[in-house]
Amino acid sequence: MVFCGLYKASFKGKGATVPAESENTADGAVETQEQQQGGGGSVATDGDRLVELYKKMVLIRTFEEATQRGFRQGKIGGYLHVYIGQEAVATGFLDAYKEGDRVITAYRDHPHVLLLGSDPKAVMAELYGKGTGIVKGKGGSMHLFDVEKGFMGGYGIVGGHIPLGVGFAYAQRYEETDHITQLYLGDGSISNGAFHEAVNLSGLWGKDGMNPCLFIVENNQYGMGTSVERTTAMTDLAAKFDAYGVENEKVDGMDIEAVLEVAHRAADRVRETGKPYAVEALTYRTAPHGAADFFEKYRTKDEIKQWRERDPIGQLEQKLIEREVVDEDGIEEIKNEMKETIQEVVRFADESDEPPLEELYTDVYTGGGVYTGEEG
Amino acid sequence: MPEMTYREALRAGMAEEMERDEKVLLMGEDIGVYGGTHLITDGFLDRFGKKRVIDTPIAEGGFTGAAIGMAMLGLKPVVEMMTWNFSFLAADQIIQNAAKVRYFSGGQVEVPLVIRGPNGGGVQLSAQHTHSLENMYGHFPGLKVVSPVTPNDAKGMMLTAIRDPNPVIFLEAGALYGTKGEVPDGDNAVEFGKARVAREGTDVTLISYGRQVNLCVRVAEKLEEEDGVSAEVIDLRSLRPFDSETIVESVKKTHRAVAVQEQWRWFGVASEVASIIQEQAFDYLDAPVIRVSGAEVPAPYARNLELAAFPSEEAVAQAARQVLYQEVSA
Ligand SMILES: Cc1ncc(C[n+]2csc(CCOP(=O)(O)OP(=O)(O)O)c2C)c(N)n1
Ligand SMILES: [Mg+2]
Repeated sequence: MVFCGLYKASFKGKGATVPAESENTADGAVETQEQQQGGGGSVATDGDRLVELYKKMVLIRTFEEATQRGFRQGKIGGYLHVYIGQEAVATGFLDAYKEGDRVITAYRDHPHVLLLGSDPKAVMAELYGKGTGIVKGKGGSMHLFDVEKGFMGGYGIVGGHIPLGVGFAYAQRYEETDHITQLYLGDGSISNGAFHEAVNLSGLWGKDGMNPCLFIVENNQYGMGTSVERTTAMTDLAAKFDAYGVENEKVDGMDIEAVLEVAHRAADRVRETGKPYAVEALTYRTAPHGAADFFEKYRTKDEIKQWRERDPIGQLEQKLIEREVVDEDGIEEIKNEMKETIQEVVRFADESDEPPLEELYTDVYTGGGVYTGEEG
Repeated sequence: MPEMTYREALRAGMAEEMERDEKVLLMGEDIGVYGGTHLITDGFLDRFGKKRVIDTPIAEGGFTGAAIGMAMLGLKPVVEMMTWNFSFLAADQIIQNAAKVRYFSGGQVEVPLVIRGPNGGGVQLSAQHTHSLENMYGHFPGLKVVSPVTPNDAKGMMLTAIRDPNPVIFLEAGALYGTKGEVPDGDNAVEFGKARVAREGTDVTLISYGRQVNLCVRVAEKLEEEDGVSAEVIDLRSLRPFDSETIVESVKKTHRAVAVQEQWRWFGVASEVASIIQEQAFDYLDAPVIRVSGAEVPAPYARNLELAAFPSEEAVAQAARQVLYQEVSA
């Protein structure tokens, strides 16, 4: 139950008696699967295991709701893309993460970095544009990074990150490791040339066992205001991978147990063979595309309501209650704990200082120190 | 004169040309059903139908290239880049085909195409979503590049752009979509290659384009108040073709110039301005031309860093005082 360190640790500063379980764990950080399972690959969905996953999903959702508030209060600027409704996808797949693996995604990237165990305070501080942010306030919501934890970013150009992930996978085999890359992409990115070029390469290199890349299509039915049907004449997104010799399947992305099963099976297989594999997770973004949108122009309230009934957190909650793993009070308790954790996270972000102005000119070049462009 | 917002002005320009000319059609991401991410094309799908208002997938290279093909057969596509940041994916089509096909076909084809969308930064979108691409596209012969800043020019230059038989890169001041200004009824087509004097003055010339023009006007007012200096502000508004005459005439009068741009200093428009002035008005200059530019870094996210990365009123005022040899605080 290392995951419990999450809220225990965060209570430290509030005089709670429970100490953090690990000194190395940043306050509030989500422990990785590797740490929880000691690297074991079993997919037991027993009660305790599900409770842990439930906590992670609630943490993500609570975090996202706090970011929406932060945006409305003007504390978060730029674009803000939240994962509300899609939690089971990243939570399930990152359960199969092993140390040394790499993860890359587009701009809807908060849950991935949190699930890999990054400090939520640093993530929120980034969104608040603070110097304590996970990329020093330089990237914001779309460009989270935590390379130490295996998270290779956060990219803003649709499709632009896909070739990078294929490159990671090649490098992983080049170095003769058994690590894999989890590459997340949206339904919208499949129309983009970069997708086709990169998946073709992956399939090709996979023939020689040189591309352990697990493609995870987060098909949330829309790219901004455009539904999948209005974007391609062939709407079976998993089948797009067939054209490049990449085996694939679909999964109900609203059902954490289904996702877990596929995630572990697919990750093991990619790890073993060095060949890519693709999973299209059918899910739904109940939130607006960005901080706000004109949802009524492209979808109906009824449609949102129907998908809400299949909400991944709601479904899991029901299972936990039905299976008598947790009762309703227990559920409330978890939600309150997460709320308090996130309150602490927000407070940290709010109270942190802006980045010092010198930071404007660092990190432009490797080895360059400060670069102002003034030389010769 | 009727007032309208920059957004309404763009809309009016496109709608009037679509009414007038059946060959004009629109395409881009989320421009139809959704009405445009910035609501520029709101209502167009209902009004003109789906044959003329095409919602595209996220495939900038593909649909821009297809628009070039349509244009080569006589249609007049107006392509929306949701933001210019995404045009890098279409840059191969724009540069390799749109800009050159007339030339390498020996004049057998033309490309009456407009590509439009918001350009520039200022709303914390950070590195991948903050670019001012006028110098990049302005570099390529075969393309025209314009950058209107008032609602009047937004409409008038849109009319001219759609009527132009050449590919036009239409860089909108996205930060100003909601700003209002006077726009006369009817055809107010604004000729390309003519700068606009945004404010008359006699002591120093501030030369700019895009949203920095408004900043220069504010600085000019401040200089008037605080220093009793009369600054002239020139809005280049058309970068290719470029109006050398207006800036040279102004500098002959004021003898001092500051060029202001949001983009990076190196290889930028302001360098071009400085070069033209020294070539054509060297004898009239009383001080070197100074460039005020964005910081030489990819755009940062944090508000304080972003503010520091763009030209500020203070920086422009300092530069003006410097060319006036007034005391400049460190
Ligand atoms: C190349 C490019 N074009 C357009 C955009 C603007 N844009 C941002 S998100 C988005 C929709 C992407 O949809 P999808 O891939 O399904 O991801 P989702 O947002 O649903 O997670 C668009 C068009 C962009 N960021 N990059
Ligand atoms: Mg989508």
